[in-house]
Amino acid sequence: MSEETITLNVTRYRHEKDRAPFIQSYQVPYREDWVVLDALNHIKDELDGTLSYRWSCRMGVCGSCGMMVNGEPKLTCSAFLRDYRPGEIRVEPLENFPVIRDLVIDMSGFMDKLTSVQPWIIREKEKPVSEGEYLQTPDQLDAYQQYSQCINCLLCYSACPIFGLETDFIGPAAIALAYRYNLDSRDEGSHRRNDVITDVNGVWECTFVGECSVVCPKHVDPAAAIQKLKVETVSGMVRGFLMPWSRK
Amino acid sequence: MKHEIFEHDIIIVGAGGAGLRAAIAAAEHAEHLSIALISKVYPMRSHTVSAEGGAAGVMRDNDSEDTHAKDTIFGSDFLADQDAVEILVREAPGELIQLEHWGCPWSRDPDGRISVRPFGGMTVNRTVFAADKTGFHMLHALFQTSLKYDAIVRYDECFVTSLLTDDGRVRGVTNLNLYTGKVQIVMAKSVIICTGGGGRAFPFTTNAAIKTGDGMALAYRAGVGLKDMEFVQYHPTGLPGTGILITEASRGEGGWLINKHGHRYLQDYGLGPATDTPTHRKMELGPRDILSRCHMQEHQKGNTFEGPYGHYLHLDLRHLGEELIDSKLPFVRELTRNYVGIDPVVDPIPVRPVVHYMMGGIHTDTDGKTSLEGLYAAGECACVSINGANRLGSNSLTELLVFGARAGRSAAEFALNQPSPLKSPIDLLAGDEQKRLDDNFLKKEGGTEKVAGLRQEMQIAMEDGVGIYRNEGDMRKTCDTLQSLRERFANIRIEDDTSIFNTERTVALELDFTLDVAETIANSALQRTESRGSHNRIDYPERDDENYLKHSLAFRAPGGPPKIEHFPVTITRWEPEERKY
Repeated sequence: MSEETITLNVTRYRHEKDRAPFIQSYQVPYREDWVVLDALNHIKDELDGTLSYRWSCRMGVCGSCGMMVNGEPKLTCSAFLRDYRPGEIRVEPLENFPVIRDLVIDMSGFMDKLTSVQPWIIREKEKPVSEGEYLQTPDQLDAYQQYSQCINCLLCYSACPIFGLETDFIGPAAIALAYRYNLDSRDEGSHRRNDVITDVNGVWECTFVGECSVVCPKHVDPAAAIQKLKVETVSGMVRGFLMPWSRK
Repeated sequence: MKHEIFEHDIIIVGAGGAGLRAAIAAAEHAEHLSIALISKVYPMRSHTVSAEGGAAGVMRDNDSEDTHAKDTIFGSDFLADQDAVEILVREAPGELIQLEHWGCPWSRDPDGRISVRPFGGMTVNRTVFAADKTGFHMLHALFQTSLKYDAIVRYDECFVTSLLTDDGRVRGVTNLNLYTGKVQIVMAKSVIICTGGGGRAFPFTTNAAIKTGDGMALAYRAGVGLKDMEFVQYHPTGLPGTGILITEASRGEGGWLINKHGHRYLQDYGLGPATDTPTHRKMELGPRDILSRCHMQEHQKGNTFEGPYGHYLHLDLRHLGEELIDSKLPFVRELTRNYVGIDPVVDPIPVRPVVHYMMGGIHTDTDGKTSLEGLYAAGECACVSINGANRLGSNSLTELLVFGARAGRSAAEFALNQPSPLKSPIDLLAGDEQKRLDDNFLKKEGGTEKVAGLRQEMQIAMEDGVGIYRNEGDMRKTCDTLQSLRERFANIRIEDDTSIFNTERTVALELDFTLDVAETIANSALQRTESRGSHNRIDYPERDDENYLKHSLAFRAPGGPPKIEHFPVTITRWEPEERKY
């Protein structure tokens, strides 16, 4: 019996060799429990060692292996071949990013944005470790927990039409992370973060398309974070204007 | 060839939990120190991200440092260095609270205190956790906190190929920048290796693709000994096929291990009685080495299930209920739904032992210092040793915090007292490394061996010879196979001659490192003629304290297998006794 196969059409691009990106087709064995990443690894190990892509944990938590699969941003370690069979599968680098090579995108811009929102606990005065933990009830934890689940896989940036047009937009993941720290009962730095995320490249760029939340593999819901921040910063501005002493 | 040269005070190789903790500790130790943080991936991709269950430390009045120490030493089958364990347990609570101050979302009790859960081999609830994504949250909290220090300069996606040493001390590293394909020199007064383990030497592992033992091999090639490499931990509950980890916390929360007759088989191996709710150190909360062996014995007896990926048993969480699973073990539910298509609320989870952790590593003292002046190591790549012959679950996340911070501070202190290294010998040293890389990888011509093929042969040899049960004949065969793979590696074929993000080169560089690590594991195992912790020999089934209450130390011997030496374990207050649960 001949083995069932499935076709992967993969974007290739090596600046040094290729004038433009092109599609290369590979036939890989079809396995019920294989994900697209398994198929790429099969290509790399058995068919063509020159194909480059990022991957590591293959369990959906390191955030390395985001790519476009049949036009949708996906973690390839969680995209099963069986969901695309019997059709062919198109694998491309994540949209909206410059391509370094093949399926590897340039994410250095995102790293700068991450730093710009100051994603760390900010306090007027740090409590010494010897004085123990900050108490935080399960409800206080719940307030921000969802927004702390981001694995920086960048699928949301790839799905965001605003980021596609305006690459300076701080974008869904970084804004959601800023919101996560704003909501943390231990933090006192929301005014510093809000200065950044309400600036020209911040929340007001977003037109609430909501695609970021649709594609998020960890249900972080960055769209909700952005909308809530819009409301909070507007009411904060009004309150700050009427009651300047109330500014956190 | 002229190389681009960068200068810092400290270099940290690896940006996972240990590397980030070391970087922050160094940045806080003294102002004006410049710290290079070099990683072959972006920091948040590091494998710490996959740790699930928790981090151990004495957090409550019903617990004590001595109890934590005793559990750890007992779990290590008395091979842990007791001075190191005493430091671990003393500094653990402070580090866990420090992480809390840095925003780690630890799970909480109703009164707002950090929660603790039971874990294998521990006599008291002392494992702090963030649901079952503890490593993910720790790594991101550390990484995000590290962003506020201007002193930390990141070299993301740079692959360190060698340590530059001169005059008996480390001077820096050579770095393959993946974006340019060019070799760079990074110089510093001290270097800390924090590259994690090397589970990818084996075919079935919870370890991510990047866990190829790079840092261990870097130190080994620079003449530093690798300690206790024969001790490789199998985690009893990985998913068959993928090897994806199902956390021990699922047993800490009350999960049962069941054979194909529906029987909680661990009671047949002296781990009973089988109580309905978890009892510390009994049944499913036994230590990992013993539970993995029980699985293999069940297989021998014909009590396991057979599936497409071989034998497996069931981890049953159904009686815990949906609410507990969703609040304490959400990632387990996510993983099993995604990867085996079952829901643990209604189905038992298929599990088998998989390679998880290396107790051994770069030989360091309790400050992370190695025998090479200026070189430090911390985390899984290092061996202090607190884990001895078997690590207790939730001690490794604590270890990377405590000893990452210690290594960071001592490397910083060392750097403060050193003059800047001279550039001239560095250029010469880097020239030699460039030639080695060109000849073997970057401009490699001809060759017939496929890297993926050699890797697969190595992995099979490791499983065959140095798996859960070991014997002299199989280990010798594995040592011979590894030697011949090393020879064949010289004849690898690299087809891609481009420079930008050429991962055909990096996987070859990684296998080159993993082969070194694999050889130290197999040869150290062959030399230890006893059974202790994870090292179980059917030809020497007893522990032999008279001859082997000792660490092994593997040194590189050019052209042949590593040279193995032994030296005594440090005992402070806990005399060795029979290890019985």
